[in-house]
Amino acid sequence: MQRIIKQLIFFAVLLIAWEGIVRAGGWTPDVMPKPTDVWQALVRGFADRTLIFDLAASFQRLFIGLLISLALGVGLGILLAKSKTADETLGSLILALQSVPSIVWLPLAIMWFGLNEKSVIFIVVLGGTLVMTINMRMGIKSVAPLYIRAAQTMGSRGIDLFVRVIFPAAIPYAVTGVRLAWAFAWRALMAAEILSTGPGLGYTLKYASDFGDMSLVIAVMILIGIIGSIVDYAFFQRVEKNVMRRWGLETN
Amino acid sequence: MFLHIDHINKQFTNSNVVNDVLVDVNAVINEGEFVSILGPSGCGKSTLLSMVAGLSEASSGQIKLEGKTIKKPGKDRGMVFQQAALFPWLNVEENVMFPLKKEMSKKEAKERARKFLQMVQLSHYGGHYPHELSGGMQQRVAIARALAMNPKVLLMDEPFGALDEQTRARMHTELEKIWVETQKTILFVTHSISESIKLSDRIIVMGTQPGTIIADIPVNLQRPRQFDQKEVIQLEKKISLLLKNEIDKVVKEELAYAANH
Ligand SMILES: Nc1ncnc2c1ncn2[C@@H]1O[C@H](COP(=O)(O)OP(=O)(O)OP(=O)(O)O)[C@@H](O)[C@H]1O
Ligand SMILES: [Mg+2]
Repeated sequence: MQRIIKQLIFFAVLLIAWEGIVRAGGWTPDVMPKPTDVWQALVRGFADRTLIFDLAASFQRLFIGLLISLALGVGLGILLAKSKTADETLGSLILALQSVPSIVWLPLAIMWFGLNEKSVIFIVVLGGTLVMTINMRMGIKSVAPLYIRAAQTMGSRGIDLFVRVIFPAAIPYAVTGVRLAWAFAWRALMAAEILSTGPGLGYTLKYASDFGDMSLVIAVMILIGIIGSIVDYAFFQRVEKNVMRRWGLETN
Repeated sequence: MFLHIDHINKQFTNSNVVNDVLVDVNAVINEGEFVSILGPSGCGKSTLLSMVAGLSEASSGQIKLEGKTIKKPGKDRGMVFQQAALFPWLNVEENVMFPLKKEMSKKEAKERARKFLQMVQLSHYGGHYPHELSGGMQQRVAIARALAMNPKVLLMDEPFGALDEQTRARMHTELEKIWVETQKTILFVTHSISESIKLSDRIIVMGTQPGTIIADIPVNLQRPRQFDQKEVIQLEKKISLLLKNEIDKVVKEELAYAANH
């Protein structure tokens, strides 16, 4: 309770200061909009449903892209954890690719898939897959040997051992992988939408900027931030915490 | 011969240095017997037990259970480790059902799990998750899990080593009761002399560097045994004298090592 009150006060003060400074400076909304202008842009966007369509479109791509990247990441992660050769070859490539922001693939993606949905999804998949792969690999590799030994004395081995012990034991890492994959995919999606085509939140942001509608630009920025943090804090961090507690990995 | 440990040798090679851990270990364990393996830290007790479990291989020699050479882990040998090793993603009942999955229907497995949870007095905890149980309770679940697959031998590697004094004493009473009830053969590793006297029919005492059997002492005392019984105290003295030489040996070597480095 304490915390939420502090947060409310902080954001209220921030908004009032912003409003006050812009009014005192006498800037026009096409240079620096006030919170009230942003609010109006938001209300307008939701009233004429453009922002709702944008949200739906962005989420659809994100969902498809994220699903593909999770499936790929789990598969690749298991492969890297189980095969030393794959780890030494493909593994090093994946680590190298991890340091390349996925958006730089957009020119190639547009060449291959055209200026459309597919290119955006491709960027999202790249954004999510690598980090999921790396976490899944780590999870499989760090399963406590004691679990494996215990399962072996109970007659479990091979596929049975993998499905019933190794994979479930790796779930805490996998959950962290999913959370990071979502965060990377969300950022990649926004970048790709700004640079390619709509509908979508990123596209609307660029569109608004082309027409000098800075109120809408900031409104969309705020939406992106709010959605990102709600999914992260309210959903993933909670799931992650529960899993950590259940798996006995909590530090305190 | 029920369980026959036959001329077992074990070496570990670390960066080209060969370390003889077990040298010519021989023992026969009869069906239904409760046998403790007692020895100082590092003498190779866990190594020996994990070879009986089939988790590691001897460098030479063999271990036979009812005439069959042990090569792999199997359900005929249940193992309880120092850490309970329960699977945190399964609840208590599902943990106990883990080894039963392939050999019986879910309903039968459930019934069986309940029976053994009752034996370790945890019938009310079937739906709890391991992290919600105390260390002693977790270890009881691990014992129920090992017993549920009806092994011929129960192998226990310092199963109560991580528990406090009082809990440990309670677990001794319970294990003794379970042993009488199930008539299982139990091979119990410990470095507590009093624990081994309290529980076993026979104590195999191991020396260290290299690990060998230095004595095989029958304990012919009425159960339940009390720690302040005259015979218990006498036996304790006898064994601690045996072990003292071994521990002195370790200390001497430590000192020699320290002096040379
Ligand atoms: N995988 C391994 N590689 C190399 N050396 C090993 C390995 N496992 C055990 N050892 C060595 O074998 C010796 C015996 O180990 P072991 O764990 O069997 O002792 P222990 O009698 O169970 O001791 P404790 O009472 O401390 O559990 C030790 O000196 C240890 O360093
Ligand atoms: Mg040990």
